[in-house]
Amino acid sequence: MVSFKSLPEEELFLAGSTACQGCPASLALRIAFKALGSNTILLVVASCTSVLQGSYPHSAINLPLMNAAFATGGATASGVVAGIKALVKRGELEEEPTVLMWAGDGGTYDIGIQALSGAAERETDFIYVCYNNEMYSNTGTQRSGATPIGAWTTTTPGGKVQHRKDIAQIMIAHRIPYVATASLAYPLDFYQKMLKAREIRGTKYIELLAPCPPGWKFPSSKMIEVSRMAVQCGMWLLYEHEDGENRFTGATKRMIEGKVKKKPVVDYLEVQGRFKQVLASPEGKEAERMLEEDVSESIRRLHGWVPEYI
Amino acid sequence: MDKNEKKVGYMTSMSKPGKGCAGDTGEWRVFKPVKDEEKCNHCLLCWIFCPEATITKDIEIDYQYCKGCGICAVECPTGAITMVKEEKQ
Ligand SMILES: Cc1ncc(C[n+]2csc(CCOP(=O)(O)OP(=O)(O)O)c2C)c(N)n1
Ligand code: SF4
Ligand code: SF4
Ligand code: SF4
Ligand SMILES: [Mg+2]
Repeated sequence: MVSFKSLPEEELFLAGSTACQGCPASLALRIAFKALGSNTILLVVASCTSVLQGSYPHSAINLPLMNAAFATGGATASGVVAGIKALVKRGELEEEPTVLMWAGDGGTYDIGIQALSGAAERETDFIYVCYNNEMYSNTGTQRSGATPIGAWTTTTPGGKVQHRKDIAQIMIAHRIPYVATASLAYPLDFYQKMLKAREIRGTKYIELLAPCPPGWKFPSSKMIEVSRMAVQCGMWLLYEHEDGENRFTGATKRMIEGKVKKKPVVDYLEVQGRFKQVLASPEGKEAERMLEEDVSESIRRLHGWVPEYI
Repeated sequence: MDKNEKKVGYMTSMSKPGKGCAGDTGEWRVFKPVKDEEKCNHCLLCWIFCPEATITKDIEIDYQYCKGCGICAVECPTGAITMVKEEKQ
C-alpha cells in the first residue's frame, strides 16, 4: 500500500521557483518526480512550465530538461527516445531513463495533437503528461480546446459556447497501453498512476486537471479544494484505461458505485470567478444544464450508462 | 596554427538547478503559515500539498521560499496551521 509516509522525501522540484503562489503545475511536477525518480529526462513544450522552471542560468528542476517548440511534444519525445535507443545499442548507456513529456492543454488538445498522435501511433516509449488548466495560461488566459462551456477567458469574454474536447478518448482510440486521468486533490492516485506508467512499455498518456488560481479566479489557498470539487461534481472523472478496459478510480469510483453522492456542478462553478458572468446571465441555467449533460455524457462514454442515482 | 585560427572554448546554454530561481520567494508573502506543534498529528497532508516544496517531512516550513499561498492551512485537518499577516518593515 502506498502511503504519504512511503513517498520519497527528496525534492527534484526546487523551492523558490518562478511559479505563481498555489500553482497546480508546480505541485504536479513535484509529485510526478517523486514517482519517476532521478533517472528521468523531462521535456517541456511552451507553456507556464517553460516559465516556472526558471530562466537561464537558473533551473528549479533537478533533472535533465529540454525545452521544445509548442507544437512538437510528440515529435521531440520521439527523437529523444530514438537517441536513447541508439546510445544503448552502442553500449554508451546502461540504464534507460524514463522520458517524460510535459505539456499544457493548449500544447496537447490544440497545437500539439498531430505530433502526439504520430508518436502514439509509432508506439514511442514515453510518458506524456498533459496538465490541463483549461486555457492558455502563460499568454494570459485565452480559450483552448479544453475550456469548458461557460468559462470566461480573454477570447471568450461572454463565456465559451462550445464543448471541450475529450482528448483522453482520442488517445484511447490510438490503442496505446495506458491512458489515465488524475487530480491534485488525490495525490496518491496520481502517484500510483505515474508509477504504473513508468513500468509499461509504449506510449502512456496521463492527464491531470490543474486549477490555476489567477486564470480561474479563485484564491490560491483553494487550489486543492477546487481540484477536489471538480472530481466530486463529475466535471473531472478519475479513471484508467488499460487492456481495452476503462476502470474508474478513487473518488470517482465511489461516486459511480453510489457510495458517495455526486455533487451538483453549480457548487464547483460558484467558487470560480471565471463562471461568475455566465451564471449571472439569462443563459446561466442553460450553461449549468449543458455542463451537467457534459458530465453524464462523459460517464456514458466510459461506463456505457449513467447510474440512476447520479 | 593558422593565423586566423583562434583557440575558443565553448559556451553552454545549460541552466544549473538550485533553490531560489526567483530569489527569496518568501518575500512574496502577505500571510505567513504558522504551525502549532500541539495540534499537529504529522498526517503529512500539508507536506504533500505544498506546491513549492517548502514543508519538510518533519513539518518544518522554509520561510525563505514559502510563498504564502495558504494551501497548507486550508488542507490541514486539525487546524494546526494559521495564516498570520506578515509584518513588513
Ligand atoms: C508556435 C507558437 N505559438 C504561440 C506561442 C506562444 N505561447 C507560449 S505558451 C502558450 C500557451 C500555452 O498554453 P498551454 O499549453 O495550455 O499551457 P499553459 O500556459 O496553460 O500552462 C502560447 C500561446 C509559442 N510559444 N509558439
Ligand atoms: S498562471 Fe496558473 S499554471 Fe501558470 S504559473 Fe501561474 S498558477 Fe501556474
Ligand atoms: S503557504 Fe503555500 S508555499 Fe507556504 S508552506 Fe503553505 S503550502 Fe507551502
Ligand atoms: S496537515 Fe496539519 S496536522 Fe497534518 S502534518 Fe500538516 S500541520 Fe500537521
Ligand atoms: Mg493551459
